[in-house]
Amino acid sequence: MKILVCMKQVPQKDAPLKLNESGTWIRDDVSYEVNEPDAYALEEALRQKEKHGGEVVVITAGPPRAQQVLREALAKGADRAIHLEDNAFVGLDAFSTARAFAAAIKDEQFDLICTGLQSDDYGFAQTGVILAELLRWPHATIIMQIEKTDAGIKVKRELEAGYFQFVDMPLPAVLTIQSGINKLRYATLIGIKQAKNKPLRKVALAKVQQAIGSNLQKIERMYIPQKTKKTEYLEGPPAEIAKKLVDKLRNEIRVL
Amino acid sequence: MADTILVVVEQREGKLNRVSWETLVAGQMLAAETGWALEAAVVGAGVSSIASEIAGKKVGKIYDIECSALESYTPDAFSAVLKQVLESKQPRLVLMPHTYQVRDFIPKLATAMGRTVISDCIGFRKDGEKLLFTRQMFQGKFAADVSFTCDAPWFVTFQSGAFRGDQVEAGASAAPVETVNVEVSADAIRTKPQPPFKEAKQAVDLTQAEVIVSVGRGIKEQKNIDLAKQLADALSGEIAASRPICDSGWLPMDRQIGSSGQTVSPKLYLALGISGAIQHIVGMKGARSVVAVNKDREAPIFEIADVAVVANLFDVVPPLVEEIKKAKG
Repeated sequence: MKILVCMKQVPQKDAPLKLNESGTWIRDDVSYEVNEPDAYALEEALRQKEKHGGEVVVITAGPPRAQQVLREALAKGADRAIHLEDNAFVGLDAFSTARAFAAAIKDEQFDLICTGLQSDDYGFAQTGVILAELLRWPHATIIMQIEKTDAGIKVKRELEAGYFQFVDMPLPAVLTIQSGINKLRYATLIGIKQAKNKPLRKVALAKVQQAIGSNLQKIERMYIPQKTKKTEYLEGPPAEIAKKLVDKLRNEIRVL
Repeated sequence: MADTILVVVEQREGKLNRVSWETLVAGQMLAAETGWALEAAVVGAGVSSIASEIAGKKVGKIYDIECSALESYTPDAFSAVLKQVLESKQPRLVLMPHTYQVRDFIPKLATAMGRTVISDCIGFRKDGEKLLFTRQMFQGKFAADVSFTCDAPWFVTFQSGAFRGDQVEAGASAAPVETVNVEVSADAIRTKPQPPFKEAKQAVDLTQAEVIVSVGRGIKEQKNIDLAKQLADALSGEIAASRPICDSGWLPMDRQIGSSGQTVSPKLYLALGISGAIQHIVGMKGARSVVAVNKDREAPIFEIADVAVVANLFDVVPPLVEEIKKAKG
């Protein structure tokens, strides 16, 4: 199977984020990491390749710093990488991002495309599904298991409230992968060494600009959400906090 | 293009998903704000009873969209059917709940029409002539007001709990129901779904728990789960967790709270080292009291906490357990 994995670099989970001056995005002087569900998508692609043979290609869109995500993926076992390299990709909506990916892979023939089910920054939960529609491929979302069959694949979709569902589908297809589908591997030292010699194709913004078009939605303003609840903050020595909290649990919340 | 808002309610196996009432409330509020007409649609095979259920609410018209290919859900069929309906009815705004099912097909539907979805919104407001939809960004650390820069139809999905379903306005008289029959060719449906199932009978029903002590990434290591268990025991409560903890196998999946786990509303929800990602919040924001312990003062969980303990949980929990034991005598 020839598999493409779409990955994204996002701010680290516990990174303190600040708004930029225009109040439309964050200041970019933070630490970044791979978007968590994308890491699971990569792991699943690597496992499928190990079972059935083929190739795993990783793709990302973002400034030079985003290359780190691709390097890590190559170190874990991906065969090659595609980097749509430009800071402008950060500001694209899901539709534009999917169109950029579609343009960048138009000469490739993949059997399967895996993405994380959503990103920790925008949280659109759309790019994979849009990409499927642009390619006119079937798709399935929030996948917890992939099995190859004679006719294509059988996948396990996570539904709400503890329900699941098996879906049979032909290839090529797009799947959005849920965190926890597998156990992530670590890159080995040899893997990290080998990654340096693996091919990484850079795609400039100009190459895909025409295919992208303009965003269909726009962030007018980003801000710290207004509180709807009155929150009482407890700080200080732990012993004091414990006493105050027990008082609340007994007299206000009434669970003691 | 008609000045119409169309709410597409969600049904599964012929039953209305209650979250649809929230979307209808959003539609009623948007109609009041914009002066546009409000209509609703139910999509499926043999779903006229759901259409009648909605007809009692304050809504101009209901479309009962029927197609035999919609008996079980597939993104291909739902998208194809709705595309035909939207192209003929031409509403300006299309609203749906942000469920797993809607997430599965609405980006495809919008793309097929050359449009976009502002997804997982928690509110809206009018800024002059412009409609802005509010959605959470960076896992709830920020909110953003987002506008459409394309032509209608505009697609919007609303997060569960963003509006109160019990505030849905009843109509003066039953709204008319128009049955719309749509055809989809069988070979346009490429995926073959099997019936939904539950993995295993859920051992614990956290929905009945009065007190829940829930752990997140801040617990750091599996062996530290025991500390949280001691606290849960002291409070005679249940232990639960956010998704990453269950993914790691530190607690069983049936103790997971959030969009993919259980939705709970205990008297006390005590969150230890949980940052408060949206997917977790939707599962516990109905709690009567939320006490959160997190060393990061900016953690989104504090936004919905009644008591925010800004501290390292490993410093606070041991003395807390002792104090609770003392208090109970």
